[in-house]
Amino acid sequence: MELDRPVEPRASGRGRRPRPLAAGLALAALPLAFFAAFFAYPVASIVSRGLHQGGRWQFGRIGDVLGDGSVRHVLWFTCWQAAASTALTLAVALPGAYAFARLDFPGKRLLRAVVTVPFVLPTVVAGSAFLALLGQGGFTDSLFGVRLDTSVWAILIAHVFFNYAVVVRTVGGLWAQLDPRQEEAARMLGAGRLAAWRRVTLPALAPAVASGAVMVFLFTFTSFGVIQILGGPTRATLEVEIYRQTAEIFDLPTAAVLTLLQLVAVVAILAVHASATRRRESALRLVDPAGTAHRPRGAGERTLLAAVLASIAVLILLPLGVLAARSFDGPNGYGLTFYRALGTTSADGTFLVSPLHTVWNSVRYAAAATVIALVVGGLAAAALTRRAGRLTRGFDGLLMLPLGTSAVTVGFGFLIALDKPPLDLRDSWLLVPLAQALVGAPFVVRVMLPVLRAVDERLREAAAMLGASPARVWREVELPLVRRALGIAAGFAFAVSLGEFGATVFIARPDSPTLPVAVARLLGRAGEMNYGQAMALSTILMVVCAASLLILEYPLSKRSR
Amino acid sequence: MGALVLATAGATLLAGCGGSGSGSGSASGTPSKTVTLVSHDSFAASKSVMAQFTKETGYTVKVLRGGDAGAAVNQAILTKDHPRGDVFFGVDNTLLSRALDNGLFDPYTAKGLDQVPSDVQLDAAQHRVTPIDSGDVCVNYDRAYFTSHHLAPPQTFADLVKPQYKNLLVTENVSTSSPGLAFLLGTAATYGDDGWQAYWKKLKANGVQVVDSWEQAYDSTFSGSAAGRKAKGDKPLVVSYASSPPAEVVGVTPQPAQSPVGVATGTCFRQIEFAGVLHGAKNPAGAKAFIDFMLSRTFQQDMPLQMYVDPVVKGAVEPELFTKYGAKVPHPTTIAPDKIAAKRDDWVKSWNSIVL
Repeated sequence: MELDRPVEPRASGRGRRPRPLAAGLALAALPLAFFAAFFAYPVASIVSRGLHQGGRWQFGRIGDVLGDGSVRHVLWFTCWQAAASTALTLAVALPGAYAFARLDFPGKRLLRAVVTVPFVLPTVVAGSAFLALLGQGGFTDSLFGVRLDTSVWAILIAHVFFNYAVVVRTVGGLWAQLDPRQEEAARMLGAGRLAAWRRVTLPALAPAVASGAVMVFLFTFTSFGVIQILGGPTRATLEVEIYRQTAEIFDLPTAAVLTLLQLVAVVAILAVHASATRRRESALRLVDPAGTAHRPRGAGERTLLAAVLASIAVLILLPLGVLAARSFDGPNGYGLTFYRALGTTSADGTFLVSPLHTVWNSVRYAAAATVIALVVGGLAAAALTRRAGRLTRGFDGLLMLPLGTSAVTVGFGFLIALDKPPLDLRDSWLLVPLAQALVGAPFVVRVMLPVLRAVDERLREAAAMLGASPARVWREVELPLVRRALGIAAGFAFAVSLGEFGATVFIARPDSPTLPVAVARLLGRAGEMNYGQAMALSTILMVVCAASLLILEYPLSKRSR
Repeated sequence: MGALVLATAGATLLAGCGGSGSGSGSASGTPSKTVTLVSHDSFAASKSVMAQFTKETGYTVKVLRGGDAGAAVNQAILTKDHPRGDVFFGVDNTLLSRALDNGLFDPYTAKGLDQVPSDVQLDAAQHRVTPIDSGDVCVNYDRAYFTSHHLAPPQTFADLVKPQYKNLLVTENVSTSSPGLAFLLGTAATYGDDGWQAYWKKLKANGVQVVDSWEQAYDSTFSGSAAGRKAKGDKPLVVSYASSPPAEVVGVTPQPAQSPVGVATGTCFRQIEFAGVLHGAKNPAGAKAFIDFMLSRTFQQDMPLQMYVDPVVKGAVEPELFTKYGAKVPHPTTIAPDKIAAKRDDWVKSWNSIVL
């Protein structure tokens, strides 16, 4: 594979250029194979098992299920709560993205790691924190006499809590690298502050905002734990319904139809997203992020920063604090009782390994999953920047599908599909990181793509003209510019893997439960010690997550030269 | 979508043309020294007890846990052509028919079955499953609440609809929670196929609250558990287990005279858990040895503090924690597994329309 001929600048899309297509396909081969083997094939297996009963295809079931009023009700609720959650998350988190990208303030790096922590928390644990805050006798009740635990607001607020970091990372990653001088130039030419932002910065950010929005939408569209805990028994998303039909009622045909319905809805969303961002991303001037941030200047920026910090304090730090406080609130006052109990396997052999071991298990799995997600997602993003025409456009959406597919479908699909050579992976430890990378890889693509596309084509061409090999062009030209995005993507893939619960619970290996699985097991047992240990383990999970992110992102976000 | 179909086709091809290496060498003459146990997330046993099994038989046990009881059974059914293990533990009487109808198990008459009362042997004709433990789903009450309100706690299903217990009970959604379903079955057993709906209408009029999971009911909403007290739970009655009171005092120093949680013994439904040799097991001999072991005194007496269930073998001694803090349930309700299987979906649907 040689790509030494410079790619001519996009003139007008006329004339097929075979070379970039070939290169694009070559880069896309591995992500495609990964996606086919670990997503399409398992999901197709479980869906066809559901629709192929008694030796014939039961397509009649599709009409039955879709004709059911309660299913339509569930679909409607799923869509509108996801749309509302996405809008609210963007409204709250975009100023945050700006603050993290453009302002310098003490503790910024730590805080950036902390806002990602919600992402790894088992929803059942975070949900209970929200119950404590929004429910009876909670924070809002004692302050304002308002109980939100039975209203849809509780769901929306919890979704902002979980997805704040998605926006900060997808949008902020690019924002930090936009050259502020472009906006300044517009203002020199007489544009007002707002106009300059609207004409210069916003168009440059649009693809990243759209990316962030679609990610948040998919995450909230397939929301499970939050809905179960805060929505009460009368509210269900498709995800909850698919879980019930698969794992409880065992009505596979209905589950299969619902899975298809979910897929169709997600494909529609992705199509909308694709057409919205089809406007060619302009090559932007990317600069070293270290040079773009400054101390807040003027009352406006100080107010904005104060507002952002206050929203983070209330929305994220407060619920996390509630959980941490519970982990110290032992039977005899505050202390380390629950943490000490974690260290002992005691006579209680629930895990056959001590719960503390699960920390190590989780970190190992997450590290493996991060490597897989970076390779798969990185290659996919590289293929997508090679503008190989319509083929890659579908490919972009394809990689997003796992985010919009129910975890129980993927988990059960793994069990029935990957049970024969050459893909006999049911008892392999690899199954867990593979399942986690399915969720991590799309994120890597979303973070990398706007940055990669923004790398000025002419830089690549110039390097190639000077005789650099493609690998060298990548190393010398692109890597320094995308280094930061790579760090952000890696951190997120790691966090997603650390917290992934849905699919992992079905394929957790016997001797190595992951941390969220261990938390769920402890919560499933009565008694103060079990509950307290679950809280202590969740607190450890938060600390591990924040520490890992700081470690992961540090070398990658160092000043390049 | 076209791309998805393409990718799927590609993957299927890929899987299909994997070198079908005939004779994988696993069928060697030496029997495997590993027994694989497939179970749900609640399976637990002391290390020393598992070590004793290995010492007695030479087999080491590998445990695969996947989800709750329902999810674990359904996975076993889905993978029955290529079972993941040799022995399955954790199918209860509410799921038994589904497992048996799908041909999940091979018959085996366990050693020591003569020490198990016949009323828990629900497959006595064929012995496809062996009863291992039992437990009762009952309404639990917060002792402190009823003492301070000078109110006698309820004892029966009939009590729960009385006005003095208005707005005090939290239960679980029958579609998403196994104790929630068991409580519904208890009312169906008590009031009959036609009577239970009227009972639930009264219960709803009396302000029963429904949440999705046992964790949420017991740890957040119930005022009698330690976690619930901290979470400011406001319901002194909850649908939980007869074994919750002993669980509530584990690790509490000094040990109280009685558990803060009591059991309304007239509101119980009996759950029995079974084990069976998986059809198509690679190591059926090991599976049978483990089922025998599960009926041994060693395992039976270890179970209560591990899984908070009662032994089924006659003469197995319960730990002091259970005898001191637990409740004896003289007459729990039951329903035959085949009837549960036949009626379950209808009952769940009508419950949904009445209560939610």
